[in-house]
Parts: sequence; C-alpha cells; structure tokens
Amino acid sequence: MYNLTHLKQLEAEAIHIMREVVAQFENPALLFSGGKDSICLVKLAEKAFWPSKIPFPLVHIDTGHNFPEAIQYRDELVARIGAKLIVGNVQDSIDKGTAVEEKGPNPSRNGLQTITLLETIEKYKFDACFGGARRDEEKARAKERFFSHRDEFGQWDPKNQRPELWNLYNGKKAKGEHFRVFPISNWTEMDVWQYIAAEQIPIPSIYFSHEREIVERDNMLLANSPFITLGKGEQVEKRIVRCRTVGDMTCTGVVESTASTLDEIIQEVSSARVTERGGRADDKRSEAAMEDRKKQGYF
Amino acid sequence: MSTILEEERFITENYLNMDLLRFTTAGSVDDGKSTLIGRLLYDSKSIFADQLEAIEKTSENKGYGYVNLALLTDGLRAEREQGITIDVAYRYFATPKRKFIIADTPGHIQYTRNMVTGASTANLTIILIDARHGVVEQSRRHAFIASLLQIKHLVVCINKMDLVNYSQEVFETIKKDFEGFSTKLEVPDIHYIPISALNGDNVVDKSDNMDWYKGATLLYTLENVHIASDHNLIDARFPVQYVVRPMNDEFHDYRGFAGKVEAGIFKPGDEVIALPSGFSSKIKSIDFFGEQLNEAFPPMSVTLTLEDNIDISRGDMLVKANNQPEISQDIELMVCWLNEKKMIPNGKYVIKHTTKEVRCMIKEVRYKVDINTLHKNEEDKSIGLNDIGRILIRTTLPLFFDSYKKNRTTGSVIIIDEFTNETVGAGMII
Ligand SMILES: Nc1nc2c(ncn2[C@@H]2O[C@H](COP(=O)(O)OP(=O)(O)O)[C@@H](O)[C@H]2O)c(=O)[nH]1
Repeated sequence: MYNLTHLKQLEAEAIHIMREVVAQFENPALLFSGGKDSICLVKLAEKAFWPSKIPFPLVHIDTGHNFPEAIQYRDELVARIGAKLIVGNVQDSIDKGTAVEEKGPNPSRNGLQTITLLETIEKYKFDACFGGARRDEEKARAKERFFSHRDEFGQWDPKNQRPELWNLYNGKKAKGEHFRVFPISNWTEMDVWQYIAAEQIPIPSIYFSHEREIVERDNMLLANSPFITLGKGEQVEKRIVRCRTVGDMTCTGVVESTASTLDEIIQEVSSARVTERGGRADDKRSEAAMEDRKKQGYF
Repeated sequence: MSTILEEERFITENYLNMDLLRFTTAGSVDDGKSTLIGRLLYDSKSIFADQLEAIEKTSENKGYGYVNLALLTDGLRAEREQGITIDVAYRYFATPKRKFIIADTPGHIQYTRNMVTGASTANLTIILIDARHGVVEQSRRHAFIASLLQIKHLVVCINKMDLVNYSQEVFETIKKDFEGFSTKLEVPDIHYIPISALNGDNVVDKSDNMDWYKGATLLYTLENVHIASDHNLIDARFPVQYVVRPMNDEFHDYRGFAGKVEAGIFKPGDEVIALPSGFSSKIKSIDFFGEQLNEAFPPMSVTLTLEDNIDISRGDMLVKANNQPEISQDIELMVCWLNEKKMIPNGKYVIKHTTKEVRCMIKEVRYKVDINTLHKNEEDKSIGLNDIGRILIRTTLPLFFDSYKKNRTTGSVIIIDEFTNETVGAGMII
C-alpha cells in the first residue's frame, strides 16, 4: 500500500520545509534550545541534507540559567554531527544595557532572551531562523504559519501573516526583514516523543527521572539552583522528578515522575492531564502571555 | 506517582501505524463550528486539565451557564475581543485509528480566502448546517469551494438537531436540498449526519434521540473515510528542490537531487527525463539518510541520484519519458484572490509553482464566478479580495504542470505581489 504513516508524513513535511528554507534564503540558522523539540529539528536537518552536513549553524540563546546537563548535551551533539554553534549570551545584553534583569525572587530571563535573540540575528544577519514551536502548544500558536514573517524590528504581526496554501511557501522579503520557520508546526508533544523513541535520538538526562533539589512555588516544582532566592516559608526539598521542557532554570517547572525510559515517558505523556507549557511560570502570568511575547519576537 | 493500568497502556505500535487525515470545517457564523470542534477535542480526550480549567474560568466570568467548549478553539486576543475568528487555525487530535489535523476556518462572509487556504491541504471538509435554517447561500458557497479545491470527501453535518425535536423530516429535507445542487459539483463522496454538537449526539457516540438514523457517527466517519487513493500514483513528478553536494572525501562526487515526490512512484532503475533540458538518465539510487529505498511515492521527501552526470538544478523536474506534464507559458487558472488590493488587469506578478519561481502577466480575465449562484459573470471582471475567477496568464519561462484536477501539487500556484511580497492569489490550473 502506498500510504505513509502519519509520523512519516510529518517527517516528510518538515524535511521539505527545511530544504525550502535553504533554497530560498541566504543565511538561515537553527535556534537550538537544548529541548526535545529543537533536538528533533536537528535530526530532521541531518536527514534533509544527508550526506552533506547541516548547511546552517545552530544558535543557542543562553540565559546563563542553564541545567548543566543541557549544556553538556549541546556540546556533545555539536561535536558529534560536526555542526557550527553560535551562542548569544543574555548576560552580554545585560552588560551592554540593552536588557535589564528582572527584580524580585524569581528573576526569569525568558523575556530577555527575545532581546538577545534579535541582537544575535542582527549581528550574524540571519534571514531565516528555524524554531521548534508546535501549534498544539498554546492557543496563540494555532494560527502560526510555517513561514512566519517578521518585520525589521523582529516583530510578529498576527494581522499581517501571509496565507499558506498547498506546499508552496513564500519566503520573499524586504531588506532587514526575516522569517521564523517552524518545520514541526503540525507535530504534537506525543509525535515528538514517538519520533525520538522510533529514531533512538539521545536526549539530555534531565528528561528522565532523577533525584533533585526542588522548591515548591505557585503549585509548581522549580529546580533549586544558584539563581533562585527562597521566599518566605519556601524550602528546598529532595524529590524524584524529571523535566518536561528545558529552559531557564528559574521558571521551568519539573514534574514528579519515575519515568526513566522513553517508553515510560510516552506512557506518562499519554495520561498527562496538564499541557507541557502548564509547567512554565512565564505562561501563567496571563492567558494572553504567549501572544504578547510573540509580538515582541519571542521564538 | 500512579502506575498505569494495563488496559490504559498507550500502545506505541498502534501509534506508529496510524495514518493522517486533514480536514477543514465550514459553516456560517453561529452554526456551531467551534462547539463541534471543542466537542471532538473534548470527547477524544485531547484537552488537558489546565486548558479545561482556563475555559471553565472564562465561561464563568462571561456568565455562561455551561462550559463553553467553543472557547477552546478561539485564538488571538484581537479576535477574542471582537468575538469572531478571522483566520485559519490548526488543531490536532488523535484516536487509536487516526491522527487528525483540523484547519479551522471561519464561516464569515468575507472569508472565502481562509476557507480556500484551509482546504488547500485537506482531504475532507465538514460543512455545518443549522437544522433550523437549512441550506443557506453560504452552505452552497462552502460546497463549491470544497469542490473547486478538489476535496474528495464532504461530510454535511446537520447541527442543532436538539432544537428541531430530532426530527427525521427536517434532516431528510435538508439532505435532499443539498443533494439537489451537489450533483453539479465534483465531490465524489458525500455523507450526511444529523448531530447536536452541544449535546454530543452522533458526534463521537451514537445518539439515543435519533433511532431513525442508521448511519455512522461523525468520528467514525472521520476515522474510516478511505483516503489512501487520494494521492495521484500514476503521473510520476519529482520537482527538484535542492542539489545536495557534500564535497567531502567520503562523498566526493556525490550529486543528489533532493525533493518531494509530488505524484507517481519512482524506483531505482527507472528511466527519467529532466525538464526543461529533456536529457534522460536512470535513477541510480533513492537515498534517505544513509538508507537506499526500493521506491518513493507521495508525499515522501527523498534524494535521488542518477546514473549520468546531467545538469539539473532547483526548479527542474524529473518525470518519466512516457508520461510528461504539459509545458507552456500560457496558462489558464481558476484564481481565488486573497488580498485587499485588487488584481491588476495586465499586471505583473511573481508565481510560485512547485519549486519554480517565475514572473507572469495577467493577460485576461475570462469571467468571475458568482459564488452564491455559481453563475459566470462576464460583465464585471474585477477580481478583488475573496473573489474567484478564471484568468489567463503568460509566464516569462515555461512551467511544467498538470491540471489541478489531475494532480493538486503540480496543478497549483501562488501569486505574489512583486512590491509587497505578499501572497495575493491562489491559482488552480485548468
Ligand atoms: N441547542 C444547540 N445549540 C448549539 C449547538 N451547537 C452550537 N450551539 C450554540 O450555537 C451558538 C454558536 O455556536 P458556536 O460554536 O460558537 O458557532 P460558530 O460561530 O459556528 O463557531 C452557541 O451559543 C452554541 O452554544 C447544538 O447542537 N444545539
């Protein structure tokens, strides 16, 4: 039967989009967060251009608030596939004064990433940046295009996005404008996990169950780190947890879990009752939080 | 941590065997589209606790007496404030049988363009009809657009049956009405289902209120519609997207032609012709990340290598000698206009077709379609936002194409404004 399974169709679609970008743009880059979605993107890029190496650099916007395991994973990955890595440091933007550290006990640098990202795009003159965002993550993303047009300020205008028909992607742009491209738009969290399992893609160890010091805050478990100041009544405890996303340590929640294999993670995801973004403090601030950040140029 | 019961275990093997159905939904405002999608997501357990919590809170704040499932699918803030959906939004759900992608397009009068956009990648369209109002002008328009976009499967959901006492007569009258004009369309497979999106009758579970209805529920229909033959497996077409040249020691002379199979089946050893040069060669290998495949079919993305070293670049197309596409610079299209700025007669535009980009001039507008009556209007030929018309264009270089009817991917183009770079038109080659 000449029928591709849904995951093979999604893979084919993502590869097609990556090749379109390399053909249509002069200077693309892949935004690599160290999370499972961008890890998938890297695998898809390897497939799209084999036997060539990936024809664009990986760009990591580094908040400085990293899980050390994620950085180790990143460096090993880059070495293994022979890719070029570019790091944009949020600390540099803070030092320059273009970004200002948040005050309070929970100074997240997620918002500041936007600034550093746009500065990095500007510095290296990237005209298209791959991101691992998926439409199932959040309501505001359900309307995101594969090719998402950004104006010269890096802003996303929900009213001014180009219609996307068939498999024809319009990457034409004026000078100074750039695109974000989301090859796995149509994937769900389950698709990503199934792909990682089927392709046996290594992922950072923090996705698997481990013992960790945590702080309970606003119904979330935050990993304890030097970047967190304990509030009144808060205390550090040890729990058996794993990460569902990998980001700024100050605002990425961990979940209690004993899942120590991919199959166990898949079982957990299938019975999960909260979206993965449900574990991100920055999304909780308001229902329209994501939309606001997108307008400013967040990934 | 609770352990997972054996019967609730997620079976990865099944998941990896599912296929994919893409569908759109169309209906007039208030026909219950958002409620229906919310119902499908909710009953298929694709909604998470935090999402449910958010809409419960909003429903309460707005003073609804029930949890408004329609809130699940409404997106951006501007639209929330206006209380209408104004764009195409994509939703996902899966059952053990299939994975589904919904292109949710609003039914508002002005938004033909969104429906065309959503339908361009869909296998199936759900048309919602309010049982109290029956077939209205917009139902006809939606059916016409689905047919124009060569959607092979229509599911007509007659909604709000609870408000007409679940009457079989109402259902049959609407069905007959719809059949009356759908015979003029080109949709081979049409289903009719009486539902109540609000209460869930015949959406996922069979309704106890309509014993007279012997057909399948909506979800069962979506799960079982036969889509494997929707792809064209006959007319082999491989537009070259990108030339892979590693130029390293191991693959020193490697030249691979990367692309997506848009139709037909390719196998190693097949005789192929490169267009436009006309040079022929044989497929040496079909490569995919170190693997050599025995065949490639749509919509696979692969890399082909050839026995002979012929000059091929992006925009070229590999086909078979005995089955070639049309090659021409004068092309007739049905066009749907997507932009506020009207189409300029004799204007120049950029066209994207497969992996090729050319410039073109609008030579003539043959007629505009009145999408309510389906009449051809040969007097008023101005094509503006949401208009559909038949036009003739001339391109600066020849395109290699098939009619849209024969193959959606090699029969479709987008039209781009040279100055704003916006996608302003969607064209289907006749
Ligand atoms: N009684 C009844 N009301 C319905 C049904 N489906 C939708 N509605 C109501 O019709 C109104 C419009 O529904 P909505 O889903 O927002 O329509 P949309 O504009 O097509 O997305 C809402 O008040 C719904 O509660 C149904 O099956 N029965």
